Amino acid sequence: MFQKFTPPFFLLQITTPPQKNPPPDFTTGYQYPVTINPPPRAELFTRIDMVMLAVLMLMTAYFILYKRSRREVRLISLFSLLYFGFYRHGCVCSVGSLQNVAMAIFHNGYALPLSVGVFFILPLLFALFFGRVFCAAVCPLGAAQDLILQKARRVPVWMDETLSVIPYIYLGLGTLFAATGTVFIICEYDPFVAFFRLSGGAMMVTFGILILFLSTFIGRPYCRYLCPYGVLLRWAAAWSKWKVHVAPEKCIQCHLCAESCPFNAMRMPVPDEVRPSRKSTRAVLSRVLWLIPFLAILGGVTGRLASPLLSHVDITVQTADRVWKERHGLVHGETLESQAHRANQIPDDLLYAKAAKIRRTYTLYTTIFGVWLGLVFGLKLFFITTRHRWDDYDADPAACLACGRCFGYCPSEANEKYAEGGVYIKGNLK
Amino acid sequence: MAAAENKKTRREFIADGIRTGGLIIASGAIGALAASSHAEDTVWQIDPYKCTNCGLCATSCVLDQSTVKCMHAFAMCGYCNLCSGMLRPERVGNTIEAENVQCPTFAIQRSYVENPYFQYVIDENLCIGCAKCSKGCDAFGNGSLFMQIRHDRCLNCNQCSIAEVCPAQAIVRVPAGKPYLLKSKIKQDG
Repeated sequence: MFQKFTPPFFLLQITTPPQKNPPPDFTTGYQYPVTINPPPRAELFTRIDMVMLAVLMLMTAYFILYKRSRREVRLISLFSLLYFGFYRHGCVCSVGSLQNVAMAIFHNGYALPLSVGVFFILPLLFALFFGRVFCAAVCPLGAAQDLILQKARRVPVWMDETLSVIPYIYLGLGTLFAATGTVFIICEYDPFVAFFRLSGGAMMVTFGILILFLSTFIGRPYCRYLCPYGVLLRWAAAWSKWKVHVAPEKCIQCHLCAESCPFNAMRMPVPDEVRPSRKSTRAVLSRVLWLIPFLAILGGVTGRLASPLLSHVDITVQTADRVWKERHGLVHGETLESQAHRANQIPDDLLYAKAAKIRRTYTLYTTIFGVWLGLVFGLKLFFITTRHRWDDYDADPAACLACGRCFGYCPSEANEKYAEGGVYIKGNLK
Repeated sequence: MAAAENKKTRREFIADGIRTGGLIIASGAIGALAASSHAEDTVWQIDPYKCTNCGLCATSCVLDQSTVKCMHAFAMCGYCNLCSGMLRPERVGNTIEAENVQCPTFAIQRSYVENPYFQYVIDENLCIGCAKCSKGCDAFGNGSLFMQIRHDRCLNCNQCSIAEVCPAQAIVRVPAGKPYLLKSKIKQDG
């Protein structure tokens, strides 16, 4: 789909029909009308987008980590939503860019444009140093959900842990279909893009309305339970240099911030009484550790078996299948695909060979995808089993979306602001 | 106490290593991309020699009115009196009544040039990209009518929703500097 197929010369001769009505030689000095072909959006604007991305992330980092203020971050969110969302129609965004990167690495014939590369790398780089400031206010998808959040209901831990596996699966699937050059599913099923463009298919609009409705009482459902790019940001932010800390100086264990985070990103100290004994933890852990390689192998085998099913998403494979069935009288009639195949007079064998090549690629990639799924489930079990022990209340840097809501809950913070002679900001304590 | 401090510094050491590595990889990757000659932005375009005029362009675009429009390569046109791009093969007489013309929006305008030649111009504001005219032209004429993505309209979605359904896989990514795949040799003004 993405590669330009250049037919051999002899084929070109067939596909270009002979001119049946030779163009006339005009005698009255007739001139051909001039057709104006408007150029696409100039590259200058893509440069502006890249600069905007960097500047907005720097501003967010400044207001969250240094000023510890949420007010400005909300304004930046609104601006990002209007600029990257409604003005730029949400394309290209960092979430989708991971597919372009996967395709550039694994699929021949696609060169990654600089702007897409920057949109992919920059938020990850910022996450390594400042945490997920991209999620906080710059991502238009996050901003859309964050700005309409009214009263966050707590998602039960079991549900939160279960649903949080989905982004890993989505990341795997998105990479699989992009690496094979099939389709960008993350863009296709982006629930917000229909709003940004103010037009879209019925399915997507319904899905978008559902997610936006959920966002009013569940903190950022797309970011937490779907966003595949969030997985990469988690990994980067876990090692971030400057992190969001709830208490400006030292935690005084007042528990006031415990319920402040709408995204379940607050980690709390667990009293020793309720912690399982070291011995039982160790027993469970050894079983889980045995399970991980087993799950990985199981996933790999399943992935390989599922390869014919998954490769059928590819339009070339579909067409080849259909044409073969039609040739052998297994189905009647033609589809648009088989019609197009015949109209372009491509030899069947060429199509079969192309499809076979894609199928082979799928066999390898679905196996890797399966192993990935096995590892995801195994490691999820591992991390559920091994709980770190925290002494203080603080934000989990990997899950923290750097929105700054928790700051206002810390009495130390309020004290400090008051001591500075600052104004008591009501919104800050909301 | 000493052990705890030691552990902390080790973790910090690893974190510093990861951050430095990340910084080097990121700047290297961006630098390599910036230096690469292929890093130009891409846009979507229809390869007119692959397009089979199926008509899905009209309905599959995310825009209310498709970004795809019909274009005319005048240098290829036969300037026929009876245009198979304009008139249906199963028509009643050769008049341009609604039941006789291909175009559902009457976007093809016919005008007299000189005997016996007629000029056909597409009114882009009316064209909905249904490819009925280009199909007719391909079947009986010179194939001078063809479909193109118009870049004043195209939103350049990362995944073109027409490309997803195009049965001929005729929609390809092209460099933004050369955004049209025109038939014949008409001069490109883009």
